[in-house]
Amino acid sequence: MRASRGRLVLDVRKPLARLGANVVNGIWRLGSMARFFGLVLASSGTSFSRFRLVMREVYFSGVLSLIIIIVSGLFIGMVLGLQGYQTLQRYGATESIGVLVALALVRELGPVVSAILFAARAGSAITAEIGLMKTTEQLSAMDMMAVSPMARVIAPRFWAGIISMPILSLLFSAMGVFGGYLVGVVIIGVDNGAFWSQMQAAVDFRYDVLNGLVKAFVFGIAVTVVATFEGYSAPPTAEGVSGATTRTVVTSALMILLLDFVLTAFMLRADH
Amino acid sequence: MRPLSPQFPPVPEDTLVDIQSVTFSYGRRAILKGISMRVPRGKVVAIMGASGSGKTTLLRIIGGQLKPTKGAARVAGHAVHELDSEGLYRMRRKMSMLFQFGALFTDLSVFENVAFPLREHTRLPEPMIRDLVLMKLEAVGMRGAHRLKPAELSGGMARRVALARAVVLDPLLVMYDEPFAGLDPIALAVIGQLIRKLNDALGSTSIIVTHDVLESLQIVDYLYFISDGVIVGEGTPEEIKRSELPYVRQFVHGEIDGPVPFHYPAKPYAVDAGLAGAPRA
Repeated sequence: MRASRGRLVLDVRKPLARLGANVVNGIWRLGSMARFFGLVLASSGTSFSRFRLVMREVYFSGVLSLIIIIVSGLFIGMVLGLQGYQTLQRYGATESIGVLVALALVRELGPVVSAILFAARAGSAITAEIGLMKTTEQLSAMDMMAVSPMARVIAPRFWAGIISMPILSLLFSAMGVFGGYLVGVVIIGVDNGAFWSQMQAAVDFRYDVLNGLVKAFVFGIAVTVVATFEGYSAPPTAEGVSGATTRTVVTSALMILLLDFVLTAFMLRADH
Repeated sequence: MRPLSPQFPPVPEDTLVDIQSVTFSYGRRAILKGISMRVPRGKVVAIMGASGSGKTTLLRIIGGQLKPTKGAARVAGHAVHELDSEGLYRMRRKMSMLFQFGALFTDLSVFENVAFPLREHTRLPEPMIRDLVLMKLEAVGMRGAHRLKPAELSGGMARRVALARAVVLDPLLVMYDEPFAGLDPIALAVIGQLIRKLNDALGSTSIIVTHDVLESLQIVDYLYFISDGVIVGEGTPEEIKRSELPYVRQFVHGEIDGPVPFHYPAKPYAVDAGLAGAPRA
């Protein structure tokens, strides 16, 4: 009887201990990430004095992400157009399809989906590149040459992400609106003037476009901090780099959704 | 002789690197246990020992990438672990390190890899950078490959380019971490000779961490043997060849059993096999 109770106690303790270890580890990583973020900001001087380092990274993370952003934006806009028309038709408000597509994209889908795509396309590449540089001792070599890897490798990628993300989000939204126009006006035959004029009347620059850009900016910070941190702290092994790359995509996606909720709540509150 | 601080004995003027009672641990695992050694200016000194004996750790302590738990490593009179980050980077501009597999920047060409320290630390005009880079590449026989990317180089070629990059700023001290690892005999001899010749031509000082006995005995001025975190033997190549110290003998002659045992620690085989009435484990 006593033995079985002892086993029961042990069985409960193990998962509890695991859970506790995971929580402690999670908090520790969060703290490390915050410290890392501070170090990146403190090491950003070189990024501004030699801005071409940042522009090079804008090309790799921003320009090379254009295809996926443009194509995804176009198709999401087209799907929104189809679904929106289907629903608005019931209420005889098909001319409002432009408003629906534009607001959905500019306020939510543009920043959120483009940030998730950015995390998958550029974030994973940043993590893998930095992780491999660490594994092949390139970061150590740089450090031994009295060149700070934080200033020379991490900070330019961080600022490139922050610059690229709002632009990609805008392009995503613009392509989405164009997709909605193709489906709504060109294919289905909604009135062209009504499509654009209603959109113009309903979409507010300050509350919709600017808020969407603020979201994209915040998501840009989140994705690049996660991507650079995961790469920099990856164990220098093949498994370590592969695990870090996966964590970048998963953590970034979750952070984007969580931050989107928080930002939306603040923005709606500010609107009222 | 110049005194450094009360707890350390005076160091001869010609000493560039002075390691005094350095202890280092990863957590509870002691890696270095009170190691002391000196590296005179202009000499090539090898630190040898089995894998995991603490050689690379010692190199990283000299370079300031790790801090000793106790003791100090002094380079040109400065205790490296006491320097702040600015002082450390100032010190590192006078030293360089060749990593085990070269650690070339894979996104840069051979030329740009060698030019990297010059571009980061000097404001030299482009024609001068070009001349200096090509001169160093010529010295290691890689001038013809200056447009190639690191991925297009063999292991030996990558090591030579890394060597050119390591000496491009004419450092006071060059540290080599396993420079001969994974090289064919020709590439190995080339790297060995380059280390010696560049050291003498540039008037620098070299520390080589390696387990390659034959090559080291040909090119170095002095050798230290480390085992289990302590120095177990030292001397000039001639002294090492004649040494009767058990560890040095085993290492130099490649004997399979000795102070470094062939068997991983285990219970007697009879116990595991359940023989001679011994209970099974």
